[in-house]
Amino acid sequence: MKDQFVVPARLRTTSFVLLGIGLLTLLIGLFAFSGEHGSTRFWAGILQNSTYFLLLVLASTFFIGATTLAHGGWQIGFRRVPEAISMAVPVLGAILLVVLGFLIFGGKGHIYHWIHPEGDKVLEFKSPFLNKGFVSIASVITVGAWTALTLKIRKMSLAEDTWTMSPDAGKRLLWRNTVWCAVFIVVFALSVGSTTPWLWLMSIDAHWFSTMYSWYTFASTFVSGMSLIALFVIYLKGQGYLQNVNDEHLHDLGKFMFAFSIFWTYLWFSQYMLIWYANMPEETVYFQPRVWGPFRPTFFLNLIINFICPLLILMKRSTKRNYTSVGFMAGLIIFGHWLDFFQMVMPGTVKELHFPWYELGLGLGFVGLIIWITANQLAKAPLTPKNHPYLKESIVHHT
Amino acid sequence: MAVKKFVVGCFDDEAVLFPAVKKVRSAGYKIHDVYTPFPVHGLDHAMGLRETSLHTAGFIYGITGTTTALSFMSWVFTTDWPMNIGGKPHFPLPAFIPITFELTVLFSAVGMVLTFCYLCQLAPFVKKHVFHPRQSDDLFVMAIELTDKTRPEEVKAFLDSVGAKEIHEQTVEAGWWLGRFDKEDKLFSQPVQPLNA
Repeated sequence: MKDQFVVPARLRTTSFVLLGIGLLTLLIGLFAFSGEHGSTRFWAGILQNSTYFLLLVLASTFFIGATTLAHGGWQIGFRRVPEAISMAVPVLGAILLVVLGFLIFGGKGHIYHWIHPEGDKVLEFKSPFLNKGFVSIASVITVGAWTALTLKIRKMSLAEDTWTMSPDAGKRLLWRNTVWCAVFIVVFALSVGSTTPWLWLMSIDAHWFSTMYSWYTFASTFVSGMSLIALFVIYLKGQGYLQNVNDEHLHDLGKFMFAFSIFWTYLWFSQYMLIWYANMPEETVYFQPRVWGPFRPTFFLNLIINFICPLLILMKRSTKRNYTSVGFMAGLIIFGHWLDFFQMVMPGTVKELHFPWYELGLGLGFVGLIIWITANQLAKAPLTPKNHPYLKESIVHHT
Repeated sequence: MAVKKFVVGCFDDEAVLFPAVKKVRSAGYKIHDVYTPFPVHGLDHAMGLRETSLHTAGFIYGITGTTTALSFMSWVFTTDWPMNIGGKPHFPLPAFIPITFELTVLFSAVGMVLTFCYLCQLAPFVKKHVFHPRQSDDLFVMAIELTDKTRPEEVKAFLDSVGAKEIHEQTVEAGWWLGRFDKEDKLFSQPVQPLNA
């Protein structure tokens, strides 16, 4: 049984090419978007991509944490995949912190207006929360906690391979996993579930606020995180690895993608409809450029890709059990939620809709980085956590 | 409903039941049904049942609900009785979505329950034969229908060889009928001895 992943030369080349495209785009962007107005687009694109891809890989840790706490057994067969993806959290987190540093302290671009609250009553009122010190310290703490816990969970999982197993050792293993995953889930709920999207994304439109925003961001990143896991699982299956994983596991991943697409739409619509219904100027200001302004095309495209397509295509049982259709939908969902983040960031910063070649190029760079990190991490350890007590449950898994 | 003859084999272990189902099928006997105390994953595949079409029915009911809600509300608010509600347009699509959603769920849920009852031949006052009273407790009960080509002794011997704990023959109506159980089944019609009598 092929259990030790060896990074194929083609995958390595692909990741380097994508990474190269990203760096090249960054370089072109640096010259193309210079000056007072242009640099806003330069930084907005970086902010959009670095937040999106950081939260995307973090969803893998969340997946491990949630399934561990639920004592799920079905995911053990491919548990090393989300583990490997989550190892991109430290790198992408560092990138995001650097970007935030430039935006907050370097005064680059016109992204965060709350940096200068002077004379603006709303921003002055919010300044105990939205100020340079609080935002930067909170960001450093959350990224630091994510990194530490992600590394801890991965380290525990790799260390388990060398254990001598007995019923007592199995219980100890589960208990350790449960404790650390519980700690992570609490940190995740307090960060992605509440404050982090407010600080990084919602504060772009600093006058506006929405209590649905964090949940909506979480749903967005979780569904695309599940899609990323599904893509890697499909890739590894295509290469002949992961022989314990079959249609049943793919079906469950497909269910996650389907269900959380609907969940995302539910939150998206809850946010939209209440604001539409109340029709108060301080709230509708957020949707003005998106629904009736220049961003109208991407607004509806976003809804079609992220709701209509998953609803109609992933509804059928047979499409959730087909590697091609799940792979296609996973790619589409990852792009769709990238577009969702585009919708969140761009109307408040760039204010006009351009063809997003620059943002897409940066996105490809991040994709290359994630592929490169994940592939190397997959190659570090056997793909089957052979000592996990629930492994058999995963092998005989049946939906 | 025609009266049929069955040989009933009772198993007390899932792990014995699965190979038994496979062997009975490959021997060519006709399995009427297997009754289990709890849902057993994969048993439908082992028995060779076709995929249910219940979800297709659910989709069609859901679509019906969506269309009903949207068309009725738009007819009411644009043609029949236009009202000015909070200055909103006469065709306020976002306000229609929750009701459309609810009606979709309602139609598909109620429709699927009724279809499920029809497919499983369940309805109020309808009785079905219980092959073994412990089939809802701790026994896996396999009912094999006898045709004119199968001999009961042969089937019994075969069931014994695949590990059935309890085997007997029954002549029953396999379908559904209106009526009472106690006439068919003597299980509860024994006189109950009062305690401390």
